Amino acid sequence: MADPMKIRASAKDGVTEVKILMSHEMETGQRKDAAGALIPAHFITEVSAEHNGRQVLAAQFGTAVSKNPYLAFKFKGGAKGDKLAVSWVDNKGDKRTDEVQIA
Amino acid sequence: MHSIVQAALAAATFGLAGAALAQGSTMDEIAKYREMLADGNPAELLEAKGEELWKKARGPKNASLEQCDMGLGPGKLEGAYAQLPRYFADTKKVMDAESRVVHCMVSLQGFKEEEVTRNWYSKPGRDSDIEALVTYIGAKSNGEKINVPARHPEEARMAKIGEHIFYRRSGPQDFSCAICHGQEGKRIRLQELGNLTTQAGAGTAMGNWPSYRVSQGAVWTMQRRLIDCMRQARWPEPKYLSDSVIALEVFLQKTASGTVMQTPGIKR
Amino acid sequence: MNLQRREALKAGGGLGLFGLLAAAGLITPGQARAEWNKSAFDAKTIEETLKALGASAPANSADVQITAPDIAENGAVVPVGVVSALAGVEAIAILIEKNPNPLAASFVLPAGTEASVQTRVKMGQTSDVYALVKVGGQFLMTKKEIKVTLGGCGG
Repeated sequence: MADPMKIRASAKDGVTEVKILMSHEMETGQRKDAAGALIPAHFITEVSAEHNGRQVLAAQFGTAVSKNPYLAFKFKGGAKGDKLAVSWVDNKGDKRTDEVQIA
Repeated sequence: MHSIVQAALAAATFGLAGAALAQGSTMDEIAKYREMLADGNPAELLEAKGEELWKKARGPKNASLEQCDMGLGPGKLEGAYAQLPRYFADTKKVMDAESRVVHCMVSLQGFKEEEVTRNWYSKPGRDSDIEALVTYIGAKSNGEKINVPARHPEEARMAKIGEHIFYRRSGPQDFSCAICHGQEGKRIRLQELGNLTTQAGAGTAMGNWPSYRVSQGAVWTMQRRLIDCMRQARWPEPKYLSDSVIALEVFLQKTASGTVMQTPGIKR
Repeated sequence: MNLQRREALKAGGGLGLFGLLAAAGLITPGQARAEWNKSAFDAKTIEETLKALGASAPANSADVQITAPDIAENGAVVPVGVVSALAGVEAIAILIEKNPNPLAASFVLPAGTEASVQTRVKMGQTSDVYALVKVGGQFLMTKKEIKVTLGGCGG
């Protein structure tokens, strides 16, 4: 199973800043292993963030996003204690959802 | 004749100043690159995993590592890494963070040493528990001063051996650690090489590990860093947890003592 | 997350992330977005990518900024951010000209989300990086060259 994300969300002056780290290989499908065989692509394709159930960001990733992806964004609204959930799926159908309270 | 020399000198001076200027802005941009990576270090993912491994009952004895003594008493992790390596009376050995955590996994959890150290570093698709645990333990010394005075006779002896290894030239290239890391202002390509013989230089080098290496997408421990240095110097690679590596660590930590740890770090 | 929601996520199968989230009640079906844009991510040139994103001939704009260092110490991890002071930015995309597939990531910004995203990308070599922004149905673009260096033994 995929490892948990690390999500930081903090509200200040009416704006919530979100910083996410995802644990994922982000294999490009262009690398070869020691035996010379192509390592199949394995990467997160979609990420979604919801604040109290309302979507605040939808992202699509290609293989060029770095290993252990980092994503930061800001949205208006959000108060301390509100829920912020982040979900991702990858090209093999693995998925992960984590939730934090806005600080 | 005289004026030609003067003109040549002027041109040379100008050229040098130009190069220095270009290099200055290159270094500024690299500093900016590092700064942008520092916020959101993927090592934090491993730190969380290490915490889980530390607290979870595992192994044949179904025990957690929470009673592990990293040098400051059972379960006391705050500041422990910054004071390692140190002499442990129970094993009668000078141990670093990695050899000590392996010792705890064997003695408290009942794992076999070969089994624990088999994956002492990670590869894509092959996680390393040691890497995660050491990242977690290291992070508990973030902001702490490195303090390895090496006063115990065994620690002093290891520091001496480490110093000897640091200056000893060997291998097919007749290389020593000191050739790259014994002077100010050296670099390889764009990489500045720290002068590990000074407190500040050793502090910069030691205080950032364990560190996330973006080129491998993995956290490197100090053992891995030093073993790989030896490989790059074309020396025979020492075994994981060997005394030679721990001795070098004692020497370097002693030199770095008084500087503040910033770990987990993030590096190229 | 409650158990029901977890079960719903598990049962989601081939719905795609947004279908799954809608099924789990995390978002309303109205918020569900398009499927992963395969033709855009598979495109091999900037032109093809823009076409697949429905953004032929975007105008160059000083109102879109790329925040990134001029030099990356390692191409495996290059921090890239896109910021715009324009109101009502609907979508952002990051393209790397010399990568095998230029499109690195795209973002849909619902109303209230600021035009400010940051991520980290892989770059095979020194290249122009493009930021594409969709605002009021129009596409705007800017570019910045990021140099990728080879380091030494690495700290």
